[in-house]
Amino acid sequence: MGKPNAYDDIPGTTVFDAQRSRQGYHLNMFCMSLMKPENRKAFKADAPAYLDRYPMTGAQKQAVLDRDWNRMISLGGNIYYLAKLFFNDQKSFQYVAAIMTGSTQEEYAAMMLKGGRPPKGNRYLSDWKKRG
Amino acid sequence: MARIIAGVTTSHVPAIGAALDNGKSGEPYWKKVFDGYERSKEWIRKVKPDVILLVYNDHAVAFSLEIIPTFALGCAAEFPVADEGWGPRPVPKVIGHPELAAHIAQSVILDEFDLTVVNKMEVDHGLTVPLSLMYGQPKEWPCPVIPLPVNVVVYPPPTAHRCYQLGRALRKAIRSYEEDLRVVVFGTGGMSHQLQGPRAGFINSKFDRRFLDLMTKNPKALTRITHLELLREAGSEGIELVMWLIMRGALDEKVREVHRFYHVPASNTAVGHLILENLK
Repeated sequence: MGKPNAYDDIPGTTVFDAQRSRQGYHLNMFCMSLMKPENRKAFKADAPAYLDRYPMTGAQKQAVLDRDWNRMISLGGNIYYLAKLFFNDQKSFQYVAAIMTGSTQEEYAAMMLKGGRPPKGNRYLSDWKKRG
Repeated sequence: MARIIAGVTTSHVPAIGAALDNGKSGEPYWKKVFDGYERSKEWIRKVKPDVILLVYNDHAVAFSLEIIPTFALGCAAEFPVADEGWGPRPVPKVIGHPELAAHIAQSVILDEFDLTVVNKMEVDHGLTVPLSLMYGQPKEWPCPVIPLPVNVVVYPPPTAHRCYQLGRALRKAIRSYEEDLRVVVFGTGGMSHQLQGPRAGFINSKFDRRFLDLMTKNPKALTRITHLELLREAGSEGIELVMWLIMRGALDEKVREVHRFYHVPASNTAVGHLILENLK
């Protein structure tokens, strides 16, 4: 592994770089497979068996079964690929964003209507550490 | 001689397309977005471009992690509308301009931009939502479209400076095409947004407004912006704003700002939209 990256200093953010793309390759390609109806059907019928078709780690498979979105991202998942999984669950970007930020969908939608999460206090890891 | 007459920037949020397709564009939440494009629709009806060169990113639809072209050019005669998991959007198929596209590919590669030529490709909301915003719901798109997908999904995307330089090469390529064609270039995506992790919902209006100002008046200042600044200040997905610089590089240095619209939110995103015309 290389040195830490400057962008690791942005709080609550995982940059999908070449290393994470490598780590999450099979997880993301599994998500991609759900664009085909026959695969959606097979996944619905037996999710663990379908996941076994992809050489993912046990932790990645468990995160998928748990629909633990932040965990999937920490294991190399990319949001545009994970979208294939949550669209298959009939869920929206806002639904998943609310979960990832630890808020209810109503709270999250209200925050967006008020102009979103502000830059102040959300730029550096140290901003969030201060907040505790 | 072909020439570029104007550039358009716009967000390409998928929920905007879904709102239009599902008859929700009149609902107060979405009306605020669509109202910002009323003047744009009038403008494009009047200007009637012969060809649109549309810079966008594919969202894990036509491309996957198997092949990740940094810059690609759609050279096919037509581009089917992709099924992104909920059926294809009910919009017309996209007709290309293979002759001009082939000319552009040859010209920019010899100009040292080694883009990937794509002769078979489906197009996703990144390309169709901007067309819907500008043209509404026609039976057929009024002109051919040349897609120019850029990788902004896997870090790093091309730098802002590289994007601007590609725009310069595209300008040169189009101006050396013999047929009299009036071309409009679209740069899509953005503005500030973050779709992932505990910082999701991040919006930076101050950054966005400055970006809009500089797009018109001093784009060279934007070519110095770093990926780190984009990630921190515009959000992890806001980095796709580099695509706007391709459009801007294709225009003249001095342009007239015909229209500007900025609105928060469309789903998780700050919507930004500009129409810039070349002066002559």
